[in-house]
Amino acid sequence: MAEELSDGVIFKPKAEVKNLNFYYGSVQALKNINLTVPEKQVTALIGPSGCGKTTLLRCFNRMHDLYPGNRYEGQILLERINILAPKVDPIEVRMRISMVFQKPNPFPKSIYENVAYGLRVRGENKRSLLDGKVEEALRGAALWNEVKDRLNDLALNLSGGQQQRLCIARALVVDPEIVLFDEPTSALDPIATASIEELMSDLKDKVTILIVTHSMQQAARFSDYTAFMYLGELLEFNKTETMFAKPSHKMTEDYISGRTG
Amino acid sequence: MSSLNLEEIRRNINRRQQINKIFAILGLLVIFVAILTLLGLILEMVIDGHSRISPDFFTSFPSRKPEKAGILAAWVGTSLVMVVTAVAAVPLGVAAAIYLEEYARKNLLADLIEINVTNLAGVPSIVYGLLALGLFVYQFNLGESILTAGLTLALLILPVVIVTTREALRAIPNNLREAAYALGASKWQMIWDHILPYSFGSILTGAIVGLSRAIGETAPIITIGALTFIAFLPDSPLREEFPYISFAWLQAPFTVMPIQMFNWVSRPNAEFHINAAAAGTVLIGMTLMMNGIAIYLRYLFRKDIKW
Ligand SMILES: Nc1ncnc2c1ncn2[C@@H]1O[C@H](COP(=O)(O)OP(=O)(O)O)[C@@H](O)[C@H]1O
Ligand SMILES: [Mg+2]
Repeated sequence: MAEELSDGVIFKPKAEVKNLNFYYGSVQALKNINLTVPEKQVTALIGPSGCGKTTLLRCFNRMHDLYPGNRYEGQILLERINILAPKVDPIEVRMRISMVFQKPNPFPKSIYENVAYGLRVRGENKRSLLDGKVEEALRGAALWNEVKDRLNDLALNLSGGQQQRLCIARALVVDPEIVLFDEPTSALDPIATASIEELMSDLKDKVTILIVTHSMQQAARFSDYTAFMYLGELLEFNKTETMFAKPSHKMTEDYISGRTG
Repeated sequence: MSSLNLEEIRRNINRRQQINKIFAILGLLVIFVAILTLLGLILEMVIDGHSRISPDFFTSFPSRKPEKAGILAAWVGTSLVMVVTAVAAVPLGVAAAIYLEEYARKNLLADLIEINVTNLAGVPSIVYGLLALGLFVYQFNLGESILTAGLTLALLILPVVIVTTREALRAIPNNLREAAYALGASKWQMIWDHILPYSFGSILTGAIVGLSRAIGETAPIITIGALTFIAFLPDSPLREEFPYISFAWLQAPFTVMPIQMFNWVSRPNAEFHINAAAAGTVLIGMTLMMNGIAIYLRYLFRKDIKW
């Protein structure tokens, strides 16, 4: 199975968004979105504030199900299963697709318990297995060396950047197929931002990444594909280099060059 | 910026700061009046009663001679009733709050329940006493017992426990709930692993505030038929032989501290009024102790939790 973009770029799709509409009550926030997310690549969602990037991202793990009045129309296919179908339990979706939030949100528990939680939820309590997985995830999030001697310390004593990497470790520990990032560096200083970006570039060989970012440079620096959204619609999707070099929409061009946003 | 302009700005700031100060002083004054009145009342009681407080006072049954009379039956009764109240009200109230806050759909029914719970908190306690008399004593035949008293007071403080627990649950930031859900937690896992541990301190405080109210209640206890003069103790909850605990005490007749006080105050012999003051002092001590425990526990559970 392969997908071909307009100018002959070929990739293997991981997830397919088909004719997706989303409503907060009576307010339509997403309008007929069609998007194919390439496997083991970084796909960036960009667009001006309020255009629906977060809303689209949170469709992928059915986060909207937590609040009454929200409604999906259309499909998101993950290996031919429509994860938006009412008969699919959101828990099943969230066990396959992890999420890292805009503001670091570690649990007020120990570093170890934060990372182990995803496994504990699944009923895994064997200490030896947890130990190994926690270490692996912390290594994967480039945090192991900083915290290996204080795994039982409170996660809230870590710096903001460390907390966000902890949240990444927490998302990785369950071997997700896709990791969703919602502006993961917007609450961090430049140095912490750089370390998170580096981490995300390292991750893309292992997992499919979908990231919302408001920073053009961030999208340009390490994403492989970029989708541009505007007022709830997806205007353009292409390889990042192509989109930044010759955007096919006037809107995209204006946004990328900083004339809107 | 010209100097004239700066002067004007300072005058303006001064004016606003003065209003600020006036309120601060007013607030302080009001607090002093409230606290001093309370302290005055307590102090008067302590001065009246302290001479009677001795080990004997705690280990003697009531007597016709004021200086021989003690509060043994009363404090044991109060303690046992409080145990029943806590065991009944806390799990019930917390469960109700969890349901209302986390599970119930926000609709007309939920609003109705909400209004009802809030209103129940304001129902006069004697009404609870009447309800209990009809329900527990006559309907369920639980007798004029410690069990009935504990359940009655549990009903009385249930709204307080529910309301404070709901507030504690609501105080947990949504991003922690979302973090748990995003990892595939079910609603119950989210509540059990996160919401309850994080709000435990506040829930406990609410429960103890409720119990502090219950410990001083007199009217509903009298209504369900507590004794005023009692010269024996309920069965001990602990046994020498297997199974080591017994629940016979639940059915025992009893009295409680406020009733003992009431009984002594209403006697013509002024010597008994000293006993009443002494019992009041002990009762206030018990309440303060419970609040102290609440504050300590809250500190213990919150020192590791911040967001
Ligand atoms: N919970 C909500 N209820 C109603 N409208 C919302 C809600 N969240 C977001 N919106 C609206 O949906 C639109 C898209 O929001 P969002 O996805 O957060 O934008 P972005 O992440 O691109 O800045 C905005 O117009 C916003 O006001
Ligand atoms: Mg957003």
